Amino acid sequence: MDVIERPLDTAAKRVPSGLGLDAPFRWLTRGAALLVVAALGAMLAVLVIWSWPALSRFGPAFIVSGHWNPVTEVFGASAPIAGTLITSAIAMAVGAPMAVGIAIFLNELCPYRLRGPLGVAIELLAAVPSIIYGMWGLFVVAPLFANHVYPVLITWLGPLPVVGQLFQGPPFGIGMLTAGLILAVMVLPFIASVSRQVLASVPAVLREAAYGLGATKWEVARHVLIPHARRGLIGGMMLGLGRALGETMAVTFVIGNAHRISASLLQPGTTISATLANEFTEASGDIYLSSLVALGLILSGVTFLVLLGARYMLARADRKMPT
Amino acid sequence: MTIDPRIVRRRRLASRLMMGLCVGAALAALAVLASILLKLLARGLGALSWRVLVEPTPPPGSEGGLSNAIVGSLLMTGIAILLATPIGVLTGTWLAEYARKSRLAEVVRFINDTLLSAPSIIIGLYVYVMVVLPSGHFSGWAGAVALALIAIPVVVRTTEDMLVLVPDQVREAAVALGMPVWRMIVRVTWRAAAKGVLTGVLLAVARVSGETAPLLFTALNNQFSTWNMAHPMPSLPVVIFQFAMSPYKDWQELAWAGALLISASVLLLNIAARNMASRGDR
Repeated sequence: MDVIERPLDTAAKRVPSGLGLDAPFRWLTRGAALLVVAALGAMLAVLVIWSWPALSRFGPAFIVSGHWNPVTEVFGASAPIAGTLITSAIAMAVGAPMAVGIAIFLNELCPYRLRGPLGVAIELLAAVPSIIYGMWGLFVVAPLFANHVYPVLITWLGPLPVVGQLFQGPPFGIGMLTAGLILAVMVLPFIASVSRQVLASVPAVLREAAYGLGATKWEVARHVLIPHARRGLIGGMMLGLGRALGETMAVTFVIGNAHRISASLLQPGTTISATLANEFTEASGDIYLSSLVALGLILSGVTFLVLLGARYMLARADRKMPT
Repeated sequence: MTIDPRIVRRRRLASRLMMGLCVGAALAALAVLASILLKLLARGLGALSWRVLVEPTPPPGSEGGLSNAIVGSLLMTGIAILLATPIGVLTGTWLAEYARKSRLAEVVRFINDTLLSAPSIIIGLYVYVMVVLPSGHFSGWAGAVALALIAIPVVVRTTEDMLVLVPDQVREAAVALGMPVWRMIVRVTWRAAAKGVLTGVLLAVARVSGETAPLLFTALNNQFSTWNMAHPMPSLPVVIFQFAMSPYKDWQELAWAGALLISASVLLLNIAARNMASRGDR
């Protein structure tokens, strides 16, 4: 008996102790997770509580009115709200088709050897900090547009009925259109990356069948790839839209920061994020601060809904890393 | 059956045109990237000098550098990552090892995704109310907390993604050998996922070091050098913003030098993370 008991005894001593730490470790990780939840909860609470004074004082006028006057402490935010929507709309109108085009190019047309490096180059566009886009916009794009693009738009499109409204005024080079186009470049890599994944998930059989019927490359893309990947493509676009809505620095550089809504896309305006960046540190008075937080609440709400939509669409789409 | 050659020609033409547009879109995106990089190099290299690294920001019209902003950026980014890494790794661990598909895990995942794509200026707003107002002044701590809030979701996401890749048999083997679960996680699954998690941290550093918006009303800015996190603190992105928007030529020059520094470090971090990730795959 002795002979058997002794090795068991020593073995028992060598078993790594610390079973007692199991529960604390579990609670530690759980605590970290709850901290993340609390962070968002507190964020929501802060936004709602701090924007309440402004929202209750101005009511619906806060969204409808364009009268933003820190001196008289009357705040109506329609100009920044409209600016955010217009610049994001331009970004999507230009960026989304381009991004899908890039995805089609990289997945279907590009020689294999170039796919890797070109894909990385496009993805690097996402890594460039937004302040760099802002500087690039201010020092490269704005002068270029002021001298060469805006004058042409004003001369050729300005006189047209209806559409001409969008292209009026002096060619500053900064304004809604410039901001929208820079946003378009910034959302490109995000949409292109998701688009590549969903396009790569289209079964090869479908593609081959279409080519076998004599379809051209465009017909395959238009009638097979895009319909099949529809949900994922829309999800990717909404992901991009979420980025465009909240983007701050790049827009602040080139939007011109004017609190007004003009019909012309070539004129300075402002967005919610640019207003926050420019005015928050200078906001004196509770109601001014509260109005700015209310802008933040509106921005968060809209962005959240868009991202919810993106999540919904992407959850229903097949995705695969492109080869 | 005969095929009208005109229709074939039209279809081919349409295809060429649309595929041409796709190529054009890719070329346009590459041209933008090239334009940004070339402009950064052209203006930044000319403005870069030893002085930029060792002297603090000057008043307009006199000479100086960006040393205080560089110090501020390094301090705040460093502290943000020190705060974010443990919280992020532990949360990711809870999601991948303990909670998995429970209801609460789904909630945490959803909230993490929401934070991941929340506009960064909103984070600044939040930290202003939570940290700056109670303490009564702008500070480096507030800036670091804001950056940490941006880094945490990145770390959570990559940690969970990497831990999920570790096969359950490995876990079972470890536990069957008598390891307590916490030790199994620390010694086995964390080790297996270490490279991926490190990649996530690097990506978080890259993301955070270029952020401007959340610092505008948390750390604010400071013309002078400071190591004191309780004071308002300058950072490269905020100084670049201030200097680039100014009418002074020498300030704009410094902004370009700073822009080159920031972009170079962010792009290098990204490439490093990418390399590490692809080596992890093999």
